[in-house]
Amino acid sequence: MMHPILTLLVQRIALSLLLLLAVSVVIFVGTEILPGDVARVILGQGAPEQAVENLRAQMGLDRPATVRYFEWLFNALQGDFGVALSNRRDIATAIGQRLGNTMFLAAVAAAFAVPLAIFLGLLAVRYQNRWPDRLISGVTLTAISLPEFLLGYVIMYVFAVQLGWFPSVSSVHGGMSFWQKLNAVALPAMVLTLVVLAHMMRMTRAAILNVMQSAYIETAELKGLRKLTLIFRHAMPNAIAPIVNVVMINLAYLVVGVVVIEVVFVYPGMGQYLVDHVSRRDVPVVQACGLIFATVYIGLNLVADLVSILTNPRLRHPK
Amino acid sequence: MNDQFRYLLARAARGTLDRRAFMGRAAALGVSGAMANTLLASAVRAEGPRRGGHLTVGLQGGESTNSLDPALAASQVPYMYLRASGDTMVNVNPDGTLDGRIAEEWSASPDAQTWTFKIRSGVSFHNGQTLTPDDVAMTLRRHSDADSQSGALGVMRGVEDISVNGDSVVLRTSTPNADLPYLLADYHLVIQPNGGIDDPASGIFSGAYRWVEDQPGVRHVLEKFDGYWDDSVGHFNSVEILVINDGTARTSALQSGQVQLINRVEPRTAGLVARAPNISVHSTAGKGHYVFIMHCNTAPFDNNDLRLALKYAIDREDMLDRILRGYGSIGNDMPINEAYPLFDASIPQREFDLDRARHHYQRSGHDGSPIILRTSDVAFPGAVDAAQIFQESAAAAGIPIEIIREPGDGYWSEVWNVQPFSASYWGGRAVQDQMYSTAYYSGADWNDTRFFNEDFDRLLIQARGELDVALRTEMYSEMGMMVRDEGGLIAPMFNDFLDAQNDQIAGWVENPNGEMMNGFAPVLMWQA
Repeated sequence: MMHPILTLLVQRIALSLLLLLAVSVVIFVGTEILPGDVARVILGQGAPEQAVENLRAQMGLDRPATVRYFEWLFNALQGDFGVALSNRRDIATAIGQRLGNTMFLAAVAAAFAVPLAIFLGLLAVRYQNRWPDRLISGVTLTAISLPEFLLGYVIMYVFAVQLGWFPSVSSVHGGMSFWQKLNAVALPAMVLTLVVLAHMMRMTRAAILNVMQSAYIETAELKGLRKLTLIFRHAMPNAIAPIVNVVMINLAYLVVGVVVIEVVFVYPGMGQYLVDHVSRRDVPVVQACGLIFATVYIGLNLVADLVSILTNPRLRHPK
Repeated sequence: MNDQFRYLLARAARGTLDRRAFMGRAAALGVSGAMANTLLASAVRAEGPRRGGHLTVGLQGGESTNSLDPALAASQVPYMYLRASGDTMVNVNPDGTLDGRIAEEWSASPDAQTWTFKIRSGVSFHNGQTLTPDDVAMTLRRHSDADSQSGALGVMRGVEDISVNGDSVVLRTSTPNADLPYLLADYHLVIQPNGGIDDPASGIFSGAYRWVEDQPGVRHVLEKFDGYWDDSVGHFNSVEILVINDGTARTSALQSGQVQLINRVEPRTAGLVARAPNISVHSTAGKGHYVFIMHCNTAPFDNNDLRLALKYAIDREDMLDRILRGYGSIGNDMPINEAYPLFDASIPQREFDLDRARHHYQRSGHDGSPIILRTSDVAFPGAVDAAQIFQESAAAAGIPIEIIREPGDGYWSEVWNVQPFSASYWGGRAVQDQMYSTAYYSGADWNDTRFFNEDFDRLLIQARGELDVALRTEMYSEMGMMVRDEGGLIAPMFNDFLDAQNDQIAGWVENPNGEMMNGFAPVLMWQA
């Protein structure tokens, strides 16, 4: 007999894989029913019918959709996404670079944002409804309410144009050292931190405040524990699950939703790559990006699930 | 200007005194910063090109879908990197004359149907291979082939036969064409080994810079090609093109010194950008124009009085001021301006005249139902505002215009060249014949004003084969008048190219044939 927590984990992972498979079907069908014929789009409006037919045959578009779906899925599982229709380049190589850049930016932003958000959340609880709480909430909510691009332009104007501390163009490439890259992404990471901070901070605050109502906290308080120790050691562990959930959602956003910041700071990430190819109806690239984004989302949510299961003492120590 | 300052200036221009030290000492001599800067810029220019250095250009118009295959180039970034890394047969000079590049000299048969181009010897490709007339012929053949999907197919369509004769390439056209050499300056037509048939996107060309790194939509790095045949160009050691599609990001990059040169400065910020002491904005009158197009064969636009009414009812000066902030010139309802060779400057300018608009509108007998004008943000920058300005001035003449704002996605396939009245833009072409053949000839695919005029078509063909310049100029003048007075084109303004540089580079020369010195800025400019 397996440990119940192990069963639960295996179930979750299996469920995620199933979900991913379902998403792959949706992506494939979605791009399939897009109006317009791919071969026609590539060759342009004025192309002769024969040329379109030839290209369709060459691309295998004349075969049934189910055959093409499984072929696509099988190749994708092996990391082969085919070549882009627009410039005949290998998609996996191009995405590899772009995804690496996106991950780097997301990691840098997260490395600042997550600890900061949780710390500020704790602080807000400690000084609940007093001026530090109000200040933290006010500033972070203002930052999240501003459109990202405006925040980007303001930060760019101050730190790149006026002060000249960081570059305004965050273009990174293979020849740069880690520190050079870090310097290059300083401004977009700063903006992203401001954008995701409020959500995580408010969730942390709410989750801990919720726990703070419990009787055992009152007991701890009556024992005479210091407020911050009490929050950190006693309240926080029980609030971990909702916090991890919101952190993961924000991490997923940092990976899949930052196209505006990429444009403003000229950062070569996945977002811009996807948008360029969507506007050229480059279906294989759109499918590949869709699949990767879905994997990231589902993967991070899986992590959130697993963490909430593992941090639940009732599940860890079954009777 | 005293001797000491002159001495400093000369040293700074030669590069033996660095710019900061120069500015400091100039200030000590009582010369203002702005003044010293201007003087230094002209001194640097007088000193002539300097070798070396690294140029970083920030450009709008690059996508991650870009390819190194010249046939597929369609936006500003590929245009610039092809100019920098490739060589065409000829280049068009700023004054409209031709400069022989791969073609050393050329001549036409008296009927202007057979053209012989002598190919320059001693030119080598970036892989060391020698460029031969066969390479030239194969390149031109590839772009003439419909399967290549080349952007230069329209240019090459009239070429019937391409053959090699010794050290020359001979082109035969189906109809006489006096402008053929101009057409070969098209940026798609860079010469590739064996025409690029084996590997169109290899990046092997014969230009002043060769490829180091190609990351479409992000950055493109080129380095000086030491084996280049012409020593007088290609001054930088390396050139880097950064794709910066966002306007604010582009200007910020220039202001913070990350790039030395940018294209497409936004008219509304150009004045502010130029205020910085180390930045100059170049406004170059070109051939591009913003237009409203009416289908001459569709009611109510099939009535010339209605067309004239609308042409008189547009306030060109106001539009130029408000849409282009003055960075442009007013149009005359024909697609040609003084940037074209053989332009007739004596054609009278159409004025904004509400009385005449009213007169023609009444004569047209239009029933007073609103005239639908379709516009979109992608039609040209400010197209939605321009339509509103047009609507207001037309209303003053009693002409009701109703504006429909269309989504940008699909505008070029579903609205432009489909709907009878819409906003659009044209980038201009190398010569008048090409412009008229592309969009005003009865049989043209892109006849977006549905202008069918037999006299015009006859003149067009006749002018194309006419080698007598005076006669040709006259014919083009007559054709211009036909489009102006009978056509479906409302051309309120020609837009300037707005490029900007900082003072780390020098050698800017105005060129009306295209933005960024017709794309040659990285090849012709140098480090200051």
